[in-house]
Amino acid sequence: MPASQSRLRIVDVNGVTRVEFLDRNILDEANIQQIGEEIGRVVDGQVQPKLLISFGNVDHLSSAALGTLITLRHKVDAKDGQLRLSDIKPQIHTVFEITKLTRLFHIHETAADALKSFA
Amino acid sequence: MERRHTLRDDRDQIEAAVAELLDALRGLEFDESSRFAIRLAVEEAINNGFRHGNKNDPEKRVHFAWNASPHRVQVEVEDEGEGFDPASVPDPTAEENLEIPSGRGLMLMRAYMSQVEYVDPGNRVRMAFDR
Repeated sequence: MPASQSRLRIVDVNGVTRVEFLDRNILDEANIQQIGEEIGRVVDGQVQPKLLISFGNVDHLSSAALGTLITLRHKVDAKDGQLRLSDIKPQIHTVFEITKLTRLFHIHETAADALKSFA
Repeated sequence: MERRHTLRDDRDQIEAAVAELLDALRGLEFDESSRFAIRLAVEEAINNGFRHGNKNDPEKRVHFAWNASPHRVQVEVEDEGEGFDPASVPDPTAEENLEIPSGRGLMLMRAYMSQVEYVDPGNRVRMAFDR
């Protein structure tokens, strides 16, 4: 896939921006950077972003992807926005547990649950 | 079964080398969670080699070798950098470090593998996974 093509599906659901990954593996640094920049632009374009990142399609991710999520969290927080994560497969959820990032992120089992949680 | 690869910082080449290991593990009937663990650790080690060891120098390579038997997988990843002291990497799970975007690769390698050992001067990591 050429670098210029989006690796994300981004839709608005009643004022919440829902982001889904098209890739099953989020491992390549260049792709991770592209993903971070693309979601970052979405956050930049909103006054008080409500962002849901859904991992339903994702089988593998790297620590660099976790770093990008943390950077996005900073961006959302800086705009007094809200960030939720959902649909994380058990093996990926374990990565969040090991790194204790479950304490940093609001993680919901399903996108529907996450959507209900936005204030 | 064993293999040695000299990798460029090229995603296709890295994926092909890792896929070969994963295929061997499938053949040896390592289950999905074991393959997930080994893949994660190997990807982190190779990535660390290119980013932190070789400092993104396109001329430098990462050497990736593995040996797989039904009960044990051994992996060695060596970069062409100056090495580092793994003890100097701060604990990313400490409260004060949780919001720092980097520094989780090494802890994930340690969490998922049975053994992780850096060889002086720290540009080579040896890992093992025991089934």
